[in-house]
Amino acid sequence: MIKIAPVRKQITVKADQSRAFVVFTAKMSRWWPATHSILKSPLKECIVEPRAGGRWYSVGEDGSSCQTGYVIEWRPPERLVLAWQINPQWQYDPELVTEVEVNFIAESADTTRVELEHRYLERMGDKAADARNAVDSPRGWGLILESFRVAVEEQSQT
Amino acid sequence: MALADPTRRRVFEELRRGPRSVGKIAARMPVSRPAVSQHLAVLKKAGLVGDRALGTRRVYYIDPKGLAAIRIWLDQFWDEALSAFQSEVEEGGVVE
Repeated sequence: MIKIAPVRKQITVKADQSRAFVVFTAKMSRWWPATHSILKSPLKECIVEPRAGGRWYSVGEDGSSCQTGYVIEWRPPERLVLAWQINPQWQYDPELVTEVEVNFIAESADTTRVELEHRYLERMGDKAADARNAVDSPRGWGLILESFRVAVEEQSQT
Repeated sequence: MALADPTRRRVFEELRRGPRSVGKIAARMPVSRPAVSQHLAVLKKAGLVGDRALGTRRVYYIDPKGLAAIRIWLDQFWDEALSAFQSEVEEGGVVE
């Protein structure tokens, strides 16, 4: 079975578990990297509807919206699983389901470890070729990837 | 999906051992050479596999820019997102 290793991240924040969960979900608009909006207009909001099956979507300044995915599991304040349905061409694809699992682990009364796993990335596999051809789109994956490649290479030179 | 088919996955996995010709892949599998060629064509179209001429033969290899590129990008994306999340949690305003 072909798999690519999931992307796994963890970060410890100075906040209790409940606040960490709320900021991650209800306040996503305040921290979601705006440069990665798939909307044509600037990102205004990033919404996670607080229930299993709820939509995960972005709203632009001009009122346009685009779905990112949906809520697979909603278990505040400790666990959240989201479906990420953005393909490498940076478009919403209802047929693509990759999973982002986020666990909020209370380490103390005011410290929370956030563990994130983005998995089933191999499902994006057959979109990859088109992605590489998307460099001429200003919001295209290719351009973003290219800028990251430059950043990575600059880092490795220092 | 390019990798949904079990035979196609086998073909892809054969390439993990290194670049291979159609004949060499087919010799290790209970399918015909034309079938292997067809699977390789799908994998190539999906950006998972590349090919090049080697003498009179054509060899296929796993394209490192396909799946790997996606993973590299997401890895960096989540670093950036979680770092922004951390700033918001620790410095942001009151959560109602």
